[in-house]
Formats: sequence, C-alpha cells, structure tokens
Amino acid sequence: MITVRSVSGSSQSPRSPSSQPFLSVSVTDPVKLGNGVQAYISYRVITKTNFPEYQGPEKIVIRRYSDFVWLRDRLFEKYKGIFIPPLPEKSAVEKFRFSAEFIEMRRQALDIFVNRIASHQELQQSEDLRTFLQADEEMMERLRSHETGIFKKKPADLMQIFKDVQSRVSDVVLGKEKPVEESNPEYEKLKNYVFELENHLAEAQKHAYRLVKRHRELGQSLSDFGKAAKLLGACEGNALGKAFSELGAKSETLSIKLQKEAHQLLMSFEEPLKDYVRAVQSIKATIAERANAFRQQCELAETIKLKEINLDKLMLTRSDKVGEAEIEYKELKAASEEATNRFETIVRLMNEEIVRFQEQKTVDMGIAFHEFAKGQARLANGIADAWRSLLPKLEVCSS
Amino acid sequence: MMGSENQGFEEAHLYASKEEMENLVLDEPLNDNKSHSNYRSALSSLADTHHPLSPPVAATPADSDPLLAPPSYSDFGNPSIHDNSYLDPPSYADVTFSPFDGDTGNDINGIESPSKSSDNSGSLSRSPSSSSEYIKITVSNPQKEQETSNSLVPGGNTYVTYLITTRTNIPEFGASEFSVRRRFRDIVTLSDRLAESYRGYFVPPRPDKNVVESQVMQKQEFVEQRRVALEKYLRRLADHPVIRKSDELKVFLQVQGKLPLPTSTDVASRMLDGAAKLPKQLFGESAVAPHEIVQPAKGGRDLLRLFKELRQSMANDWGGSKPPVVEEDKEFLERKEKMHELEQQLSNASQQAESLVKAQQDMGETMGELGLAFIKLTKFENEEAMFNSQRVRAADMKGLATAAVKASRFYRELNAQTVKHLDTFHEYLGLMLSVNGAFSDRSSALLTVQTLISELDSLHSRAEKLESASSKIFGGDKSRIHKLEELKETIRVTEDAKNVAIREYERIKGLMLDDDGI
Repeated sequence: MITVRSVSGSSQSPRSPSSQPFLSVSVTDPVKLGNGVQAYISYRVITKTNFPEYQGPEKIVIRRYSDFVWLRDRLFEKYKGIFIPPLPEKSAVEKFRFSAEFIEMRRQALDIFVNRIASHQELQQSEDLRTFLQADEEMMERLRSHETGIFKKKPADLMQIFKDVQSRVSDVVLGKEKPVEESNPEYEKLKNYVFELENHLAEAQKHAYRLVKRHRELGQSLSDFGKAAKLLGACEGNALGKAFSELGAKSETLSIKLQKEAHQLLMSFEEPLKDYVRAVQSIKATIAERANAFRQQCELAETIKLKEINLDKLMLTRSDKVGEAEIEYKELKAASEEATNRFETIVRLMNEEIVRFQEQKTVDMGIAFHEFAKGQARLANGIADAWRSLLPKLEVCSS
Repeated sequence: MMGSENQGFEEAHLYASKEEMENLVLDEPLNDNKSHSNYRSALSSLADTHHPLSPPVAATPADSDPLLAPPSYSDFGNPSIHDNSYLDPPSYADVTFSPFDGDTGNDINGIESPSKSSDNSGSLSRSPSSSSEYIKITVSNPQKEQETSNSLVPGGNTYVTYLITTRTNIPEFGASEFSVRRRFRDIVTLSDRLAESYRGYFVPPRPDKNVVESQVMQKQEFVEQRRVALEKYLRRLADHPVIRKSDELKVFLQVQGKLPLPTSTDVASRMLDGAAKLPKQLFGESAVAPHEIVQPAKGGRDLLRLFKELRQSMANDWGGSKPPVVEEDKEFLERKEKMHELEQQLSNASQQAESLVKAQQDMGETMGELGLAFIKLTKFENEEAMFNSQRVRAADMKGLATAAVKASRFYRELNAQTVKHLDTFHEYLGLMLSVNGAFSDRSSALLTVQTLISELDSLHSRAEKLESASSKIFGGDKSRIHKLEELKETIRVTEDAKNVAIREYERIKGLMLDDDGI
C-alpha cells in the first residue's frame, strides 16, 4: 500500500514527533448510509497535528466523497500553478458502486489524496483544508451544497468568464483563430510530454487491469478443474482415486492463492498506475489554467495599449472625459499588473511542481513495481511449492 | 514505508526459493532415468493384468515429469471401433498450432515437437513387453492432387494426399521401410472396414471429418491439423496388438496406388438397395445370410431385418414378457454404469482442462502486452527526459518490462506442457467412445439373437398350426404341404442364423471378459 505520511518542511526529516510540526491524516471506516438511490458511503477522517492554526491535537470528522470534491475544487481555484492531487473518479456502474473492492479502492485513493495535500508545503497551509478537516458535518453540508451547480464561481469570476467568452468571440470575428499562446519552447516540450505521457500510461494501466482479471480467471479455472479432478477420482478406486483427489485439492488451494494475488495486484499495482494517470490529468488542468492566465495577461496588455492611445488623444483634445479615462487607465494598469503577477506565479510554481512531481512519481512507481515483482514471485513460488509437494504423493501411486 | 524487517525477510525467502527452483530443473534428468525404469516395470506387470484403465494412468510416466503420461492403448487389450465414432479435437489443440512470435517460436517448437511429431513415447516402444517389435508411422508432406476421372467442372475436384511412411521390423510386412500416399477418404474406408472386422474390440476412433472446419479454417492450418490427427490415429492403430497385424492396416500402409479395400456406401444408397430387396423378402424368401448376421442391422442393407430388430427392441422395452435371452451378467451391467459415470466425469474434466489452458494462455498474453506497454513507456521517458528522476524511473520500468516479457514466455511454455499432459483426458474420452462402441456392439448382437429367437418361435407356431390344419384333411393339402415345407426350410435357415448370432454374441462377451476381468 502506498501511504504518504506528511512531513512539514520538505527538506527536513522529523527528529522527534512532538517538537517538529506535523500534520497527519487518515481516511478510514467506510460506512454505507441512506437508502436506495440516495445511499452513499461516509468515511471517518482522523487528523493528528500540532499546527497552531488547528483546534487541537486530534480531530475526527465524518466526510463523504462530495466533500473531498469540494476541497479539491477550492484548492484548484486558490492555488493555480500547483498540481492539485487527483481524486478517484465519480462512481461508475451502479451495481459496482457498493462492492467491497470498489469501496476499498476509493478509500485508499482518498487517503492518499488528503495526505498529499497535508504534506505539500503550500497546500498544507490552506484554510479550506482546515475547514475540511475540522468543520462539523452541518457546516460541511452547507458549504458543499453552496458550491454545487454552475454557480460554483463567485460573481467576480462570473464576470471574468463573460469577458473571456467575449474576447474569444471577438478573436474569431477579427480573424484571429487561435487563442494567444506562449512561445516558450521548453514549455511546449513539457506540454507535449504531458499529453503523450497520458496516452502511454493509460495503455499500461489498461493492461494492468486486464492482468488482474486474468489472475481471477485463472483462479476460477483452477477451482473448477480441481473440483472436476476430485469427481473423477471418485469414479476410480483406491490409489488412483486418491491421487486425483489430491490433485483436485491442490488445484483448489492454488485457486485461492490466485484470487488473493489478484486483489493485491489491483491495490498495489493497478491503482497506483491509475493514480498516475489521474495525476497527469490534473497537470493538464493546470496547463489550461496557465494558458488562461497568459491570455488574460495578453489581452489586458492589448487593452492598455489601446487605452493609452485613447488617453493621449483625449488629452490632446482637452476633452472633459480625460478624468474618467485616467481613472479607467489606472484601474486597467492595476488589473494588468495583477494578471501578470498571477501568470508569473503560475509559471514559477509549475517549475517547482514539475520537479516535485517527477521525483514523487519515481518513488511511487518504484514501490509499485517492487510490489508487483514481489507478488508475482510469491505467487510463482507458491504454485511451484504446491505442485512439488504433490509429486511424492503421486509417485506412490505410480509404483 | 512498509515494515522494512518484514520486507527484507520475505525477500530473502523469495531469493532462497529461487535457488530451489533452479535445483529442481537440474534434477530432471535424474527423474528421467528413474521414470523409465518405472515405466518398463509397470508395463510388464500390465501385460499380466489386462486391467483396462486403472494402472496405465498411474503407471506410465514416460516423460521426464512423472505426473501423467499418455496411456498405452496396447495395454488395454482389445479396443474396438464404432463407425459413428467421432471426437472433436479439444479446442485447446489450437494452442499447440497457433503461431508464436518469431523469437519465442524456437523455444516453444523445441519443446513441442517431441509431442507433435517424433513423440517420446513412440520411441519408447509402447508394444507389449513380449517382443521388441515396433511399427513407427509418420504422416507428412501434404500435397494437392486433382481428381482425374469424370470431372464435369474444368479444373476439377482437388483433394489433399498425405505421405505415410512406415518403419517396422515385423516380418509379416515383408519390408522394413515403405511409403504410400493416401487421402482422408481412405482413412474413413480403413476405419469402417476395421470396425466390421473387429467388432467387439476397443478400436480407436478415427479423426473427425470436420466438414465445417475445412471450409472455415485457413487451408494450411486445417491441413496441418488433419495431418497431426492422422498421425496420431495411425500410431494408435499400430499400437494395438491385434489390429497392427490386420490385413486392412497392412494393405493400407503398403499397397501403392488406389486403396484396395471395399469402400463404404453412403446411407442413401444402402437404403435404396434395401428397399429393392424388401419385396422379395416380404414374399417369403427371407433368408438372412449368416455373414450379415454378425454385423449390426443398422449399418446394413437389410431393411426387413432392421424392422424386425426394432420391433424386438420395443417389445423388450414395453412388452410385458421377458425376452428369451437377457443380459444376465450383473457384473457387466455394473461396469457399464461405472463406465458411463466415468465418461461423464472425464468429459467434465476435459472441459475444465480446456478452460484452464485458455486461462493460462490469456495470462501469458496479457503479461506480454503489459511488458510491451512498459517498454514503450521506458523509451518515451528516456527520450523526453528533463530530469534525472525520469531516467531512474525509466530504468525501473525497463526492469519490470523485461521481467514481464520473460514471464509471458514462461507462461507459454507452461501451457505447451499443460496441453501435452492434459490431452490425456481427451484421449481417454476417445477411448470411452471405443468402449461405448464395444458395449453397443454387444447390445446389438444380443438384440439380433433375441429377434431371431422370437422369429423362430413364431415360425414354429405357424408350422404347428399348418400341420394341425393339414392333418385334418385326409391325404394332405397340396398347397398347405408345400407351404409347410417352405416354412420348415425357413426355420432351418433361421435356426442356423440364430446359432451364428449366438456365437457372435458369445464371442463379444468373451472379449469383454478378457478386458474386464482382473
């Protein structure tokens, strides 16, 4: 299992837990609540910390999936440029939604999600995180329902959306088909890398999932075969019959081993790969944000230029509109600076994030591969041992 | 991140087991010698026991792995054939035929070919311990040939012939090595003639005609599949201690040119022939030739006989009274029940074996695909690397990919072995068919006896009636006397036929006693 325990101040390793600041979270105890279509799973989220901003050393709250989504969305809004840890997908097929396996996979993914936030230097300071970890259930519900629907964004952001649409439309009208993009070759390379990486990873994950299925199928075959061998042994007598039932019993034992390994494979290998894919998708979202920020910056720069020209014109003609125009100009200047700041922050953060991401992924994958190899070796040994132990029993029969 | 002590311990354990595994491989040659001696001694004890099924499965470890080995039919005594016999080759036979990747092909072929053509067990001589006689048959070199005579269609009818090479030291063959070209139709003829000549024996079933498959499959694949099946069949015939000396087989293997065995006629023409004879039979000249009595009514031309036996069998099932002769051997009936149960379980086990093989095949394939996907990823990360962490990851991935591809190859090897060994189930199923054939030979022989006895009874009572009727007329009734004489003649012939039928039935019973008795 991959667990990411938080360490605050990433360059320092904790010496004694009590003196170093720490924030540790676990997501446990999935419980099904509600009935019928409205049924959902709730999780217990346990926080242990000595951060001063927190209410106490330990806090337990009950959260559901949509609360996690709320947290992710808030972080995404506030911390543009940072790769927000990915969430497991919304539930798939209805029937599967409450299967023990699905619930366990989701719980593990949610646990990793929160812990990644808690161990990220910037994200761990987030107020929304504190709310998520500490607020009581009613408050959480209020916040959650407030944020749902298309009115997720605040009014100011809504205006921005309209402005974006407006400018995009004018671009098209004016014949500018492509939105303005950075012309940074290194960044281009990164973007291409991210997009291609997603494809490769998705394929690997697909095969990993199929491999899990194959393990299950093989397990089932061995079980059926074992039963058939036993029945066949019942037809024969004495030594031969006994040999067959030994064979059948061994086969059934191996079937159990295979089912176990299938589960292991799913949790320790396939899930991490899926998590990797999700992480890359999160990066894509950040890339989109950066593009947005860049465009805003460009447009504002354009607009300012026009306004400057206009202002000069007005000043020359000594129009009484000069005052107004000057105020507008100042506002625009401020907005432009803000946009530039935002963009540059994103760039800076992304550069840091990409390094962190690559290192983290190497570690994660290393663990996943190790688990995979271990599991397969264990399985192969188990199978070899089982059959080997059968040989002497059969030789007795054949002499 | 995880309990490091546990991790270290478990891994140490894994590495240790790896050594064990390698040692196991090294041991195999030793097992080989051991198993050979087991085999020989098992075989000599078998010649005494004649137990049809039990010992061979356990007692013939012909391969290096003493788990299971293909059974020797010769040890069963006298297999019999049924002309309706068919057995679909197991669907996992495709596993053996499917083309492998070029680089693994050699590995697999190196392991498979023993089971495919040269056949370890063949060279170990399956013949009974009594002599060092051997017959080794190979089927090879399929060629397309043209139907020469009466082809209305230009370009005519083409068919495939196979080269059948025999090596033997049996004196009756007159030569030690010879070849002949035969087509599949010839095999059908051979098998039908053997069925007639060796009624009551466990004769191995011939390969299926596979009419559908021949249209649907790729020509090359189909021909290859058939070649293998033919080789297997002919080898089984050669292993059978009685059949290997048969004229039919000799002629088949040696005589050049057209196969000089009478061909089987199809059902339609048989029925037509039978219909032509029927009026004569109904009008009194119902002489049943003794040589036909020894064959079941079903495959023949004598419709009248067919009807009579059918009536008799219905009387057996539904009639109130017991038929004159019954299957009294309780032991036989018990054994028949057991055989039926065994057949069912064998069929079930064979099916499960098939799905096991498929599951293993799938596993190997997916493992290989996973490996390939990671190799692509490795290349990608290496090409696009901007950070050292990426290179490290790429190296890890490469390790995983290589291992996965290797594992995939091992699964393929495993499967090839599994197919080889589990094929035994399938062969036993084929044997079951022969056994069933022998059983039904016995039943049909019995039915013939019963029918003839019933007929004799009714003929006798008719004769009595005629006698008493004609004795009432002084001096006799010319026409009645004539009829009486005819009837007496019929009775005599039928009496002969009855005796032949009884002898045949007893013969078949005797064969089974030989087989089943311990």
